[in-house]
Amino acid sequence: MSARSLRGKLAPYTLILPGWLWLVIFFVVPVITMLSVSTMTGNDLNGFSQTFHFSTYVDAWNSFHVQIIRSLAYGLIATAICILIGYPVAYWIAFRGGSYKSTLLFLLLLPFFVSFVIRTQSWEFMLDDHGMVLGLLRTLHLVSSNASILQTPVAVVGGLVYNFLPFMVLPIYVALERIDPVLLEASADLYAHKATAFRKIVLPLSSPGVFAGVLLTFVPVASDYVNATILGGTNTTMIGNVIQTLYFTNLDYPTAAALSFILMGVLLIGVFAYARALGTDDVLEMAAA
Amino acid sequence: MTDQQRPGELPPDLLRGLTNPRMSRRSMLKLGGLAALGLPLAACGIPGSTGSSKLGLAAARQQIEDFWAKQKKHGHFNFANWPLYIDVVKGGKHPSLDLFTKETGISVTYDEVIQQDDTYYGKIAPVLAAGQGTGYDVMVITNGIYLDDLIERDYLIPLDQARMSNFYTYASDLVKDPSFDRGNVYTMAWQSGVTGIGYSPKLVGKKITSWNDLLDPKLSGKLGMFGDNEDLPNSALCAIGVNPETSTPADWKKAADWLTKQRPLVRKYYQQDYVAPLSKGDLWASQAWSGDIFQANANGAELEFVVPKEGAPIWTDNMCIPAHAQNPLDAMIYMDWVYQPRVAAMIADWVNYMTPVPAAQQVFLHEAATAKTKADKTYYTGLAHSPLIFPPKSEYTRLHRYRVLSTAEQKVWNDLFEPIYQS
Amino acid sequence: MTAIAGEALEEAFEQDHRPVPGRPRRRLRGGWLLTVWGWIVILWLASPIVVMIVFGFNDGNGRATSVHWNGFTLKWYENLFVYPDLTSALENSITIALATTAIAVVLGTLMGVAMGRWKFRGVGSVNLLLFANIAAPEVVLGAALLSLFLTLNIPRGYLTILLAHVMFSIAYVVVTVRARMSGLDPALEEASRDLGAGPITTFFKVTLPMIKPGVMAGALLAFAMSIDDYIITSFNNGSTQTFPLWVYGAAQRTGGSVPPQVNVMGTLIFAFGVLLAVAGAVNARKQA
Repeated sequence: MSARSLRGKLAPYTLILPGWLWLVIFFVVPVITMLSVSTMTGNDLNGFSQTFHFSTYVDAWNSFHVQIIRSLAYGLIATAICILIGYPVAYWIAFRGGSYKSTLLFLLLLPFFVSFVIRTQSWEFMLDDHGMVLGLLRTLHLVSSNASILQTPVAVVGGLVYNFLPFMVLPIYVALERIDPVLLEASADLYAHKATAFRKIVLPLSSPGVFAGVLLTFVPVASDYVNATILGGTNTTMIGNVIQTLYFTNLDYPTAAALSFILMGVLLIGVFAYARALGTDDVLEMAAA
Repeated sequence: MTDQQRPGELPPDLLRGLTNPRMSRRSMLKLGGLAALGLPLAACGIPGSTGSSKLGLAAARQQIEDFWAKQKKHGHFNFANWPLYIDVVKGGKHPSLDLFTKETGISVTYDEVIQQDDTYYGKIAPVLAAGQGTGYDVMVITNGIYLDDLIERDYLIPLDQARMSNFYTYASDLVKDPSFDRGNVYTMAWQSGVTGIGYSPKLVGKKITSWNDLLDPKLSGKLGMFGDNEDLPNSALCAIGVNPETSTPADWKKAADWLTKQRPLVRKYYQQDYVAPLSKGDLWASQAWSGDIFQANANGAELEFVVPKEGAPIWTDNMCIPAHAQNPLDAMIYMDWVYQPRVAAMIADWVNYMTPVPAAQQVFLHEAATAKTKADKTYYTGLAHSPLIFPPKSEYTRLHRYRVLSTAEQKVWNDLFEPIYQS
Repeated sequence: MTAIAGEALEEAFEQDHRPVPGRPRRRLRGGWLLTVWGWIVILWLASPIVVMIVFGFNDGNGRATSVHWNGFTLKWYENLFVYPDLTSALENSITIALATTAIAVVLGTLMGVAMGRWKFRGVGSVNLLLFANIAAPEVVLGAALLSLFLTLNIPRGYLTILLAHVMFSIAYVVVTVRARMSGLDPALEEASRDLGAGPITTFFKVTLPMIKPGVMAGALLAFAMSIDDYIITSFNNGSTQTFPLWVYGAAQRTGGSVPPQVNVMGTLIFAFGVLLAVAGAVNARKQA
């Protein structure tokens, strides 16, 4: 083997090494550390020791399955609403945007230049009992004078949809944008109804985008706790809140770690199952594409 | 005291860095605790973080006396406090500190470095654990989990009881021998506050006098409570007529039942974010800290603060000396010096918290009697009669300390109360 | 944001999308409904920006952003830095975001170039690593990293925030760069090498200019994610504050009313981000 071809063989590894190391040290190793913590027992004063106490997982599920299920439910509902709201927008930009596509896309991305925390705050500001939203609804006599939105599940799911909508629109847009217009024209010639053309051509071709969108919204939505903290009330605690409290308040690191893994496991299983159902063989290809 | 810079120009809580919920003092990490995880990958036992084994009482006392006998006055000490928590005049001078220097020859470096108990603890704990000094000789820490930890881990120097004469003469019964530091071995109070009920008389439509008024179905959706495991449970214990300090697990169960009964009415278990909704009217009544309601009213709200007749929790910020302090004797002299009524009055006049020295009231009354302007007279009379600064003696028995919990008790306690505010 | 989102961004950087040849497209019925819907959503998404900008000019007592309009003022701009903590939090956020961007762009570009250029053994496992990194919930990333820092007894602060931010930014840069890379003709690089240029010269003179939109999009993503991160930062900040942490804390403390200076700083960050993006787009257009 000549020196040059050896160097050629090694080149990709050399280039990948620094970034790869960073991810291994600050992502893989921590996750393994946490896995190990999850089966320890003890308390913060007397220390924790590794006892391979796997029943922590069972206990964690028994104590917090309500919050886990609630988080998944909020995640599913918010993701579904994101698709309903976002798909038409992506479609509009992709097929009607004309020469303004870039501009419209840019407008859609504007919120990302404003802090997530500030955005959620202004949502709170608009939703409170004397805010603009309820004020409008009251003026229209759609709600009673004592009604509240803030501190209800509606506010939390609304906040989640609001914060993560662009994550849904963008990938769908990219998928739609890749569809060759000629295909659409041909379909328009073949099928009598636009609806049929949409169903047979556009929808299947945009499904990778929807897939990526679901992946991008569902995971962060289901594990978010900022929206539930700011906009939620007494029965809106999500699993992210629980993990955070277990870590910071109760100092119950094993349960916190176990719950983190349960959360990650449930989400990943969900994502893979979704990929299967969609008939997408290579999830990785898809997600990373 | 005419050129004082009054608070209110800027939100002092923000300047003070109170930007994290009060609960977070509990909610941030106990660093020692997590560090005790050691190397989890080693998969073997991990040492705990309990301080060195405790000596016998007599030996310990002897050791403390020996320590103090060796100390010399250095003419200087370093003071770590919260921002805006001492008297200030224009130019950033602190008259009470200048007076201290004039009278004792000890100069003070005063730093407003403590933003929160948790983050400050996070800053100093690793340093102390490594056996190094923090650079400060006096620091002010709230009673609660962080103070408990500092004591538990031997991070504080026991005080020289022979140099606490002003304290024992003038300190209020509320801060003498507190449950979190029996015998004032490690701490002397700086200022205190009360957790009671804040409400809008206009919206509620009647006077609130009892914790049980917070069970009124009319408050449904308009009632706020605290989402923490100190103020919420301790207040509930008061509500069922039990002194939290001496409460038993059976009492805790009853208190939890009381809270569970109340839960359907509660809009949210708040951290510190209850003030704005209460001021705006989204909340009609809420558990509240005295100082917050004082502030809100200064900003135009029309709220009332009440210490319920069954009693309420009181909390205290405490002066203490961190381990490895360089100038403990100078610090000790200062800590006792501030207990003179004239000094306590200088500080209370500015910070408006509950002073540990009731006799400061006489100082304000004297100021009022000799005031040159009517405004000054009204001002000092108001201070002297403010129940938030000088709670009447009759109220002392109604103000209770948080229950101090052992590690085992903490688990029972958390398992009972957490599901209420977090589910 | 992710892979595909990054690509969308990248496209926003590029010159017009493929021109549609042939006859003009027929308008579909119901088009106006779509347009109305699209604008409603865009306005909805933009509404808090408007609130933020407007209330940065709202007069008041400065205690907290007033709910009502009290008249126009510039005093919050003049008194921008009265809260020392807020100021230093903002400084931290900006410097951390810039450092994160620089490190993540270098590491991510190298990875993206390698993965887009060569097929090599183990590429699957690297893919899995990137995917897991992007798909893992933030709260898990933050918590896991915290246990590592505590185990190694590394004090949490500025440095650990930076390490964490680079960790979650790299994958996004890799993905945008790789997507750009795989669309390139390797013949160009080969030609450069045949003409006698070394691999480094070739990279800087040929490869880099071609993948620039991908690198820029990755950089913008890294910057935006770093300056805005709350969850992961909150686990690893020690006593160091960043802008989102301060705002969140202040809002928690006051129940949603933050001092008007926060709106001003938010507005400035917003303006800076927009400027950066527009400059990038204009630049890309010039080169196209």
